[in-house]
Amino acid sequence: MIMKTFFSAATLALIANSAVAEGKLSVYHWFEYIPAELVEKFSTKYDVDVTVDTFDSNESMLASLKAGTMGSYDVAVPGDYMVEIMVGLGLLDTIAAGELTNINNIEEQWLNVPFDMGRKHSIPYQWGSTSFSVNRDAYSGNINTTDIIFNPPEQLKGKINVLDSQGEVMAMAALHLGIPQCSTDRDQLKSLDALLQSAKENWASFGSDTAKEVLVSGDAAVGMIWNGYGARARAEGANIEYSYPDQGYVVWMDNVVLLNEAPNRANAILFMDFLLEPENIAAVTNYAMYADGIKGSTPFLDAELASSPEHNPRAGSGAGVFVSVCDQATQEVYDQIWTRLRS
Amino acid sequence: MAAGTGSGSTVSAIFSPVRFWLLLPSWVVIGFFLLVPVLLMLTYSFLTKEFRGGVIWEFSLASYDQFLFDRGLFGDEAPVIKWTYINIFIRSILQAFGATIFCLLIGFPTAYFIATRPIQSRTIWLFLITVPYWVNLLIRTVSMKFLIRDSGPLNELLLYIGLIDAPLHVINTNFAVQLGLFYSYLPFMVLPIYASVERYNFTFSEVASDLYASKVTILWEVILPVVKPGIIAGSILVFVPSLGAFLAPDLLGGAKTFMIGSLIEDQFKGNAGNWPFGAAASMILLSLVLVVLMFYVRAQNKDQT
Repeated sequence: MIMKTFFSAATLALIANSAVAEGKLSVYHWFEYIPAELVEKFSTKYDVDVTVDTFDSNESMLASLKAGTMGSYDVAVPGDYMVEIMVGLGLLDTIAAGELTNINNIEEQWLNVPFDMGRKHSIPYQWGSTSFSVNRDAYSGNINTTDIIFNPPEQLKGKINVLDSQGEVMAMAALHLGIPQCSTDRDQLKSLDALLQSAKENWASFGSDTAKEVLVSGDAAVGMIWNGYGARARAEGANIEYSYPDQGYVVWMDNVVLLNEAPNRANAILFMDFLLEPENIAAVTNYAMYADGIKGSTPFLDAELASSPEHNPRAGSGAGVFVSVCDQATQEVYDQIWTRLRS
Repeated sequence: MAAGTGSGSTVSAIFSPVRFWLLLPSWVVIGFFLLVPVLLMLTYSFLTKEFRGGVIWEFSLASYDQFLFDRGLFGDEAPVIKWTYINIFIRSILQAFGATIFCLLIGFPTAYFIATRPIQSRTIWLFLITVPYWVNLLIRTVSMKFLIRDSGPLNELLLYIGLIDAPLHVINTNFAVQLGLFYSYLPFMVLPIYASVERYNFTFSEVASDLYASKVTILWEVILPVVKPGIIAGSILVFVPSLGAFLAPDLLGGAKTFMIGSLIEDQFKGNAGNWPFGAAASMILLSLVLVVLMFYVRAQNKDQT
């Protein structure tokens, strides 16, 4: 009987498969960043086979594309500064005016962004902040300062996880020191280098894809983290509080971009339009727990998101800043500082 | 043994007219998937880096220079020997060495134990050794992380039976990395040693014992010389992959400091995006490994003559 059911199920599956998909769509995405049900919904609605590959940093995505996977993906989801870099490298295709029917759903403030004026190559996916969460069982003092990461109190020494993300760590260190990003001032760069060298002594680990898990498991008492990921760590039971420090915090926006040489360009456009619909992008927001930049998504959002401490900067906190793109000579100094930090 | 060698030469005699053709597939595979990538790496290591990943086809020694010389943060000071990368290499070598010793200490008695079981049960013991290796390395490493964390089962158990008062802090330490490497590569130590202990004729031990040799003397003077090739082979099989490992250092060591493997990875898919330097670091690693293997071959030859 069981065998019989199995076979009929298998036959059904075969029949279903033979009727597949007129088309395909290949997405290059961050880990844990899109709900499977949403992919399924798109796949069913447009009869498109969707494959999702994941990466764990903007840099590794760029490396993979440059190493020869261009032409195998249709869309990718780079962060703000990476969009600018990819435009500069000519990796992105242009979305013609009128191709996206839902483009007017983008909130005004995210339409003319410095990394893609007029949204010629990208649409907003999620935006949020990068700061850190602190385990309140381990530390009850003031957490509204970047000292927690760079000059931690005794209780937190050796219990800090830092994102394996050069741009965000450097930007945060710059905020801590009150110096500009992409500084060319030698004294400022030397103090940045010295700061990271001394802070490293108190750090336990570097990890991005483990950032949530180390907080939930208690391996780390402080974790540099993205606000939504921090909210998810808290939802999974960690007694943690997200900080909006006095010195400021990092703001970022991830965007869906149309890649050059996309093998399924038409489906890529369909997918982008699909993600511009308030109900669909709200599903992403409810899952990833950041914010979307789409008008009309609010009614579809989970109630607790609106009131979540991770999503509402504390009154009186420092300003949010985007990670800057440095020129090559400056970047090389920053790369040196990063290598020295890691060795 | 003699029978084995005999049948071997008979077989090769039968196949000798077609021997070249039989070897051809392996030559093609080795040539294409081993030599070509190595040559590619060698070429890339002498090219100019392109900003944000990639290479420019211009000859340059910049990568090797970057490895060896420190010109200060801004690149305009007089060059001095740079310890940054050399230290990463030294640390990785010590790490791999530690893992090898660890494997040897546990692996040798294990192999000896298995080889002294009745023939029928040996297969079962060997099978048991290999069972964990049917599970993906990543999953095994993550499980190890789960086991040894401060609030993990291992600490809970030790606390419960009162062996310790406070949790042992193992995660994110060098010891954790060595534990991970040890666990990953133990069979590579056990199997070659087993193969040589199995060939050992245990009447030698009895003879030595009859001649009043102590147990320690028997081990050092009688058993070890016979099983030495197995120990060397096992050590190399553990040492070499440990040297380039990046899963255990990343997951168990906290990735706070680069190991050779993660340094190279970072050049290609990480923040640095410096392909020629990644290639150069790989070539230096490869040369180190070749030196180790050359010592092995020489030791082997000496044993045979």
